[in-house]
Amino acid sequence: MSEFWTMGGYAAFIWPAWGLSVLALSGLVIFALAERRAAVERLRRLEEDEA
Amino acid sequence: MLSYFSNPQRFDGLARRVIPVLGVLTLLLLAAGIWLAFFGSPPDYQQGETIRIMYVHVPAAYMAMALYLAMAIASFVYFVWRHSLADAAAEVMAPIGAVFTILALITGSLWGKPMWGTWWEWDARMTSVLVLLLVYLGYMALRSALEDAQQAARAAAVLAMAGIVNLVIVKFSVDWWSSLHQPASVIRLDGPTIHSSQLWPLGIMALAYTMLAAFLVFYRLRSRTLIQKARQLERRKLREARQSQAEPGELA
Repeated sequence: MSEFWTMGGYAAFIWPAWGLSVLALSGLVIFALAERRAAVERLRRLEEDEA
Repeated sequence: MLSYFSNPQRFDGLARRVIPVLGVLTLLLLAAGIWLAFFGSPPDYQQGETIRIMYVHVPAAYMAMALYLAMAIASFVYFVWRHSLADAAAEVMAPIGAVFTILALITGSLWGKPMWGTWWEWDARMTSVLVLLLVYLGYMALRSALEDAQQAARAAAVLAMAGIVNLVIVKFSVDWWSSLHQPASVIRLDGPTIHSSQLWPLGIMALAYTMLAAFLVFYRLRSRTLIQKARQLERRKLREARQSQAEPGELA
């Protein structure tokens, strides 16, 4: 198993590349979800004031 | 078909059904792609284990270009037919494309250090991808700098269309100039030149990235409809507040 993590001596390049990719892509998803939630909340408040 | 779904309500109905499908496909393809990338494929005979960086580098670079192409086409559709959904699509794609471009640059650099012996080289491929990132950022800056929404949309559309020149340079830079970067090995006229054991993880990961990008674009487009509705409400309220403040005699 440790052989897997050392990646033939290239661990210092392979894991950051994958780690950053996972981080950035999940960041995009989290941002999109937060953007939706904020928009729903903003609209809800506006319509509440209306009533 | 395209004009059919350009109706906002019909588009929303379509997006609502498409989004969960894209989400599930993304997760399944990512699971398969990650397994293939680490366990289902051998190390390369020259690159060794660093080939595994390719399975995140190539899909990111491909999405950086594909999203730009989509953004430029949407901008063209907006520019010619003034369709606001096309403009919204272009706007929503820009930051997603920029993130994929950053990933392509960083993962490429992390591969370049052990394999080429350098993090960065000012050669045609790398420089043109850096310019691609700057065009994405310039597009976003331009949109937020101009206050008049329609003026911003039109100026941004022109910039996106002009940026196509750079996209062509990115694609053919490895053929036109001698570059450290290897020439195309997947999308070429005579078919892929890499072994199927590497083509599979690459293809599945590229498909997963495509589904993820489509998911994000549809998801953000639906949010934008809500944001626009909120903006309209806010503007109406502001108008009403101003009118009620004014004295009856001042209302001409």
